[in-house]
Amino acid sequence: MLNAIWVGLIVIGVVVAAARGRIDAVTQASMDSAELAVKTVIGFLGAMVFWLGLAKVAEDAGLVQALARWMRPLLGRLFPGIPRDHPALGAITMNISANLLGLGSAATPFGLKAMQHLQDINPRKDTASDHMVTFLVLNTSGATLIPAFIIGLRAQYGSANPAEIMVTVLAATFASTVVGLTLDAVLRRRGKRGAA
Amino acid sequence: MTSWVDYLAAVTIPSFLAFIPLYGLCKRVDVFASFIEGATEGLTLAARTIPYVVAIFVAIGIFRASGALDILAGLLRPALDPLGLPGEILPLAIVRPLSGSGSFALMAELLERFGPDSYIGRLASTMQASTDTTFYVLSLYFGSVGILSTRHAVPVGLTADIAGFVASALAVKLFFGY
Repeated sequence: MLNAIWVGLIVIGVVVAAARGRIDAVTQASMDSAELAVKTVIGFLGAMVFWLGLAKVAEDAGLVQALARWMRPLLGRLFPGIPRDHPALGAITMNISANLLGLGSAATPFGLKAMQHLQDINPRKDTASDHMVTFLVLNTSGATLIPAFIIGLRAQYGSANPAEIMVTVLAATFASTVVGLTLDAVLRRRGKRGAA
Repeated sequence: MTSWVDYLAAVTIPSFLAFIPLYGLCKRVDVFASFIEGATEGLTLAARTIPYVVAIFVAIGIFRASGALDILAGLLRPALDPLGLPGEILPLAIVRPLSGSGSFALMAELLERFGPDSYIGRLASTMQASTDTTFYVLSLYFGSVGILSTRHAVPVGLTADIAGFVASALAVKLFFGY
């Protein structure tokens, strides 16, 4: 699916650009985007190094495991079959906590770490496991309690009450997460049946 | 309301910063060595993500620069209008799952043009804040561990995005009484 979308975006882009006589824009856009991509990674490189360093301290001190134990009732339901003390649960816990607090720069390192641990227990290394898809759904539907960045921007544009969108954001996030998790559960079973 | 949100946001990270190493020290953890070990892992992990981010950014950059995105927006307009998503908001809805910086720029432009306290301003802020950049997260997370077959992740991620947009429109209408 990702393969088809990736090729599709590029080929459609090139064809449309050619048809509109804008073919030179393609070259420019690809160079600019590649540069922007590297800048983006460099942009979160510092946060990544820093947060995973701090997280390792928290892990060695037993804090991550304590937090994971706290969230076990919820995580056990979302990710059945991950062993109780597997480090994947700790990383998932940290990722969810960082997302809820609106610390996007901290959520990404923990998310990548969690994927690595999930890959360790994935029987087919080139295919996403059920746990991975569920974890991805949680991250793409992006549950945030405090959208601090957007509130700041609204204040900058002179909003009378910049934080008023917190309620609507919560409602929308809740809806997209519930729809995502439900559809995930339905399609997961269908895929299994088709394969069996 | 803003002041306590700002305060909470400002205080969260410094408290983690002070608490975690101090707690580690009390637990007799070699905190500095632990930090370096985790940080080194972070460096490797980040470097490995570069190819995936380049791949996805270039594809989307070409698609956008060619004008194909505008054509797609035109095609989808009749379908999204009845859902409470007006034409002005459409480019944001389409770009949101593809590009975080792109959708952020579009949202900022809408806030500038219509004002943050208008229907469109409130809807744009809610849409931007309530979901994440689906394709970016998918390619980054799956790419970092070499997953090629993503199974049902793409359709589920996109459906959740659409649900989030429709819910944003509904919530803004109900909560602010439009």
